[in-house]
Amino acid sequence: MAAEKIVTTTGLLGWIDERFPASKMWKEHLSEYYAPKNFNFFYFFGSLALLVLVNQIVTGIFLTMHYKPDAAFAFASVEYIMREVSFGWLIRYMHSTGASAFFIVVYLHMFRGLLYGSYRKPRELIWIFGVIIFLMLMGEAFFGYLLPWGQMSFWGAQVIVNLFGAVPLIGPDLSLWIRGDYVVSDATLNRFFAFHVIALPLAICGLVAAHILALHEVGSNNPDGIEIKKTKDPVTGIPLDGIPFHPYYTVKDLFGVAVFLFVFAAIIFFGPEMGGYFLEANNFIPANPMQTPPHIAPVWYFTPFYSILRAVPPLFQSQFPGVACMGLSVMLFFLLPWLDRGAVRSVRYRGNHFKVWLALFVVSLLVLGYLGTEPTDVWGRFSAGIPVIGGSDVATWAARVLSVIYFAYFLLMPWYTRWDKTKPEPTRVTW
Amino acid sequence: MSTPPKVNHQRRNLVIGTAAAGGAAGLAAVVPFVDSMMPSERAKAMGAPVEVDIANIAPGERLTVEWQGKPVWILHRTKEQIDSVAKSDDLVVDPGVEQAQQPSTLTGNKLRAQKPEFFVAVGVCTHLGCSPVFQAESDRFYCPCHGSKFDLAGRVYKGVPAPLNLVVPDYVFLSDSKLLIGTDKKEG
Repeated sequence: MAAEKIVTTTGLLGWIDERFPASKMWKEHLSEYYAPKNFNFFYFFGSLALLVLVNQIVTGIFLTMHYKPDAAFAFASVEYIMREVSFGWLIRYMHSTGASAFFIVVYLHMFRGLLYGSYRKPRELIWIFGVIIFLMLMGEAFFGYLLPWGQMSFWGAQVIVNLFGAVPLIGPDLSLWIRGDYVVSDATLNRFFAFHVIALPLAICGLVAAHILALHEVGSNNPDGIEIKKTKDPVTGIPLDGIPFHPYYTVKDLFGVAVFLFVFAAIIFFGPEMGGYFLEANNFIPANPMQTPPHIAPVWYFTPFYSILRAVPPLFQSQFPGVACMGLSVMLFFLLPWLDRGAVRSVRYRGNHFKVWLALFVVSLLVLGYLGTEPTDVWGRFSAGIPVIGGSDVATWAARVLSVIYFAYFLLMPWYTRWDKTKPEPTRVTW
Repeated sequence: MSTPPKVNHQRRNLVIGTAAAGGAAGLAAVVPFVDSMMPSERAKAMGAPVEVDIANIAPGERLTVEWQGKPVWILHRTKEQIDSVAKSDDLVVDPGVEQAQQPSTLTGNKLRAQKPEFFVAVGVCTHLGCSPVFQAESDRFYCPCHGSKFDLAGRVYKGVPAPLNLVVPDYVFLSDSKLLIGTDKKEG
């Protein structure tokens, strides 16, 4: 049984506090949650991710009021939203731009974790919940992309569902089960709609709650990667380098929100298609199962992983190795807390090994991402007449080298982090 | 945690047994939900064979029809196109047509067709399911998605992402100008 409860609030709040931990939760998570005072630029992206999540849910609810998850009507209903529903264009562009914005802020949020070692003990579970959220987000984006029922929707789904068909033994049945038909069809569209609007959003909201609860249990990391709980005020027991989340970081984050919304609104109003990167040109053609568009590519946020898939040649008459490498490239993030053997957390006190590998990882991710948006012969035309490895397929070879670097960043981490010559950490945070 | 001094083993076994039975029932309850996602009876019925009139396909031309929601090609091969197949023997993975990508009666048949002039195949790349384009000028099919190539018997080239030859479906000639795709029997 709970101990006798002491309520100091009075009036309506007192009445509520007797029955629900309102003041208690406010204190625990905001006014008396002490966060390190040296947060920098990279600490904007957690709260921005939350903002974009709210944007996606709210705009999504209003889109479902007009959208029809039926292969015969889906494409036309999206055009109906764009042309005839009052402000439908705005709500849809907020949703489609929000999808790309979500991945931008989440990638920066994850990069922050890599920079400052935020995944390390005791924050492993925060990181694991985060990686699961990332996976769910990829699923959410994939399911959502089928809904407009354009050429890219259809053929993108066809390719991705067939990836599961490459799994040995159960593959063909697995892809049949996912599609609910022998090809991507009305049945597939209908179930992807169910996943996109209810199943995954519910799971994502629950995981975000778990992510934040786990964070508030152990406390936030910071750019110095040191524990602020080690130096507390002897009287109050409050970390000397900690400041209450509210009002200090709520106000700081509001500033971040304002800057973010400037950029977000500029894209919505002036370039919602972002030159074909946020909304692809082929998706303005209705799905046609009889004809593949001449060049298909996933949306930009999937392209690094897609490049890895394309770079791996088939083995033993099976394309499963490529599929497995692509899956592994995402799953490896789960292992980071145990791969990193460094004496310090933050890049500020790491040696050159770590810095070089992190830089190589970022470069390989960006170039793989670029290559994934282009056909495999993208660099071939430059090398005409010049003998280079792979000839016109030089880009495929580049992708192979970059994929190896991508994996090496993770798989060699136990060694290069241990060998690294680290600098001594300060006892108090710096800024 | 310390164990209570007296454990009622009979009661505990009952609790374990009940929990196990409840867990099994919970797992069994998942089956209908998982199974509901498999193709419905209507989706299965849509897989019926389709009849195609091939009298109007000019030599060198290709007709695309829909069967089970997939594109099926009927290529009316000219003499030169038939000859091109033998020339690509060195370029393809499986020159002897041993992969099980066609009805067993056609295994080992280099032209992969009941009648040499009519090549019937499912127009779906064996890599990730895109539909290759017909490049008549270079006597091959080319997949725009990931660059896989197939000769005019649907045999996959070496060094491309697709691991297997194009699928040749069951089909039967009802007459010289009528083709039934999706079955090997004249009676439906």
